[in-house]
Amino acid sequence: MSEHIVPTRVYYAIFGILMLCTYLTVQIAFFDLGPLNVIAALAIAVFKATLVVLFFMHVKYSTKLTWAVVLGSVFWLGILLALTMSDYLTRAWRTYG
Amino acid sequence: MSDMAHGAHPALAHHFDSLEEQKEAATLGMWVFLVTEVLFFGGLFATYAIYRSWYPDAFAASSHELDVTLGTINTAVLITSSLTMALAVHAAQLGQRTKIMVFLVLTMALGGVFLGIKSVEYYHKFTEHLIPGPGFQFEKEHIRHAQIFFSLYFLMTGLHALHMIIGFGIMLVMLWWVWRGTITAEYSSPIEISGLYWHFVDIVWIFLFPLLYLIGRHAH
Repeated sequence: MSEHIVPTRVYYAIFGILMLCTYLTVQIAFFDLGPLNVIAALAIAVFKATLVVLFFMHVKYSTKLTWAVVLGSVFWLGILLALTMSDYLTRAWRTYG
Repeated sequence: MSDMAHGAHPALAHHFDSLEEQKEAATLGMWVFLVTEVLFFGGLFATYAIYRSWYPDAFAASSHELDVTLGTINTAVLITSSLTMALAVHAAQLGQRTKIMVFLVLTMALGGVFLGIKSVEYYHKFTEHLIPGPGFQFEKEHIRHAQIFFSLYFLMTGLHALHMIIGFGIMLVMLWWVWRGTITAEYSSPIEISGLYWHFVDIVWIFLFPLLYLIGRHAH
């Protein structure tokens, strides 16, 4: 990996966006949006995390192998959450016959 | 020593062809470790998701007991510490010794502020009888399920804080390595790897903050 030195202005810009998103997520939390509250909070969190991974953690400039490992972690986390929740959320559907 | 005779960098381990290859391996290794960390915290987030789906009202009421102002300040503090860490890595890539140390110390200082605020919050929870157990006090309706929320709150924020304390130890070692001249522009990967760890801890908090502090903020 030829060393890619990210210019500091990129770090400051990302920092600004992260702070703005933090402000937004707190403001949104005070409005009653029903189930949208959780969705908005998680969407903003995922967006913030993605920025941190791509820029602060340099994955945007990393090798394909690093990308594979990073995406792999998201994929396995998805399996963990999806299979667990598909069990717990459907338990009430059981019929006793 | 034969490597030295051939003019290889002193930091280059003999089983790597070049510093570049060594750095790639180190970065990959750190990421593989971080995958295990993602799944480690992932299990806790799954636990949270299950209990919240079962007891949404108790979770909203419990979440309301947390101090959203302190939580927001701490989020800002931690994001700022991620910025100073990124700047430390930048300085390391350029071999700017003094700058690396300044930014590492700043990162540790901000981490210290975060843990300080966290201790104040924990102290408040103690005085407000919000520690799960026989002394737990809460509205009757939710008293059992609220204890599940607070168990998860202390477990998740506690493990997060433990990761930060470990991060402190890593930074101290890095400071020592910069001080004694191990870190150079050609060999900056230890600082970069430490940065990956610190940013990961930041990401965990990015999810903990809304899930613990913000849910049910509108409800009461």
